[in-house]
Amino acid sequence: MTIMTEGKRKNKRTIPGFGLTMGFTLMYLTIIVLIPLSMVFLNTFSMGLPEFWSTITEPRVIASYKLSFMTALTAAFVNAVFGVLIAWVLTRYSFPGKRIIDGLVDLPFALPTAVAGITLTTLYSPNGWIGQFFSFKIAFTPVGIIIALIFIGLPFVVRMVQPVLENIEKGMEEASASLGANRMQTFIKIIFPELIPAILTGFALSFARALGEYGSVVFIAGNMPFKTEISPLIIMTKLEQYDYEGATAVAAVMLVITFLILFTINVLQWWTGKRYSGK
Amino acid sequence: MEQDHTVVAKTNGPVIMTKNATKEPKLIQWILISIVLLFLTLFLVVPLIAIFVKAFEKGADAYLAAIAHPDSLAAIKLTLIVVLITVPLNAVFGVVAAWTITKYDFRGKNFLITLIDLPFSVSPVIAGLIFVLLFGLHGALGTVLQSLGLKVIFSIPGIVIASIFITFPFIARELIPLMQSQGTSEEEASLTLGAGGFKTFWYVTLPNIKWGLLYGVILCNARTIGEFGAVSVVSGHIRGMTNTMPLHIEILYNEYQFSAAFAVASMMSIFAIITLIIKSIIEWKTDFKSTKAS
Repeated sequence: MTIMTEGKRKNKRTIPGFGLTMGFTLMYLTIIVLIPLSMVFLNTFSMGLPEFWSTITEPRVIASYKLSFMTALTAAFVNAVFGVLIAWVLTRYSFPGKRIIDGLVDLPFALPTAVAGITLTTLYSPNGWIGQFFSFKIAFTPVGIIIALIFIGLPFVVRMVQPVLENIEKGMEEASASLGANRMQTFIKIIFPELIPAILTGFALSFARALGEYGSVVFIAGNMPFKTEISPLIIMTKLEQYDYEGATAVAAVMLVITFLILFTINVLQWWTGKRYSGK
Repeated sequence: MEQDHTVVAKTNGPVIMTKNATKEPKLIQWILISIVLLFLTLFLVVPLIAIFVKAFEKGADAYLAAIAHPDSLAAIKLTLIVVLITVPLNAVFGVVAAWTITKYDFRGKNFLITLIDLPFSVSPVIAGLIFVLLFGLHGALGTVLQSLGLKVIFSIPGIVIASIFITFPFIARELIPLMQSQGTSEEEASLTLGAGGFKTFWYVTLPNIKWGLLYGVILCNARTIGEFGAVSVVSGHIRGMTNTMPLHIEILYNEYQFSAAFAVASMMSIFAIITLIIKSIIEWKTDFKSTKAS
């Protein structure tokens, strides 16, 4: 990639149309994304700090932040562990139906969240296909929320780790084995460190998606205040009560958290880019 | 652990041992494969089967009646309209943005990519909220729109613009790494030979990126059809008028018309499966794989 950038620098702007395409890109970006998103912060600034503070520290809102954060974190963690395992099995082993499984991993991206929501709720409700085998309730509890978020975020870590695993040089593993390391040692000391940036990026993406997820969760959560009410639902409820200021304040907090996660992802990718700049 | 090693050496002989040094024992392989298959069956296969079983629970007639219901047909029609506006607009933007980012050198390129990625991480509910704040009755442009007699929120334009926001990065995101790896030499050759900028794009760049573009369009399409949270905020849930397919599913489900809800859901699932098949075909054909999970 370094070679390419150097090449581009030499031939700086030989291709016509920079002004036009850059102008269009920035205009579209500003109209569709930047101006609308800035509305959240403009409206927050106009509401005054005490009011803002009292809205975002309401016990019901705080409870929703905690719930959203904990369920998203748990789901992202489960997805990180199984994501690495799935990516490993798909790149290293061969078994019948592997290609179908590989394609199926992206199902959560293709399936509408509302469809996922009603299906998981039906499966995990106390008399559902899966729910009946458990002595405790899954649907309409935080466990149900975690199940929905695992489904939604399943492909992220797999798709981040897969290409890295495919590109790890066999030579390093062979060297490790010939120096007397067993398979477990080779994995922990040689392979796993190579995967860390991809795993963390996938984890962060999965976490960000889970934090904001609404469609699949709203069905399975049961939406009980203080118990199973996630932050996006609080925004929705406030909107339905025409409490635009309250909704905006809660949204502003969520947006700031999202930006922090995005910043982390960027740092991670910069780190990955540095580590694998030769790729 | 040391002992394991010797066992392998004894049974398989030294030649095979060097081959197996970078592989796990068959038993471990099958245990790992089984765990993965069990996990994916539980989370992906069982739900997919359940959708169709529940959809046909009351028989094929009830299934067809649910889909042929005027409200369902209106929802299907509205979803199609939204897709037909959203996907082409974001495709044009995606191509232009990817072209700008990969064919020129300028400061702040990474920052621009981050801004384009932004909608990926914004909660769909917030995506809906921002357009209510902008175009709603009490919003920044509310009075202007009202005096012009235009209605955006609780009507189709609001649904379209929220969908555009949600799927904004999809196509650009697929094209940027692809066009980056292709570099600029072919375009430069074309320009040297006397072709204009647009001709170069049409005859040189576009054929090179067509599969990547199709890939992005497919993903954008699937997300637009299925978008729920953002559309839910701006639509107002007016039956037969501003209900898209996912919103229609929600209404049916909340009215305890489970079979009807799953009938509409099964239609959307078939579409999701077709999306996955086309996506896999593109991947096999071109060796192209999404570099970033979207």
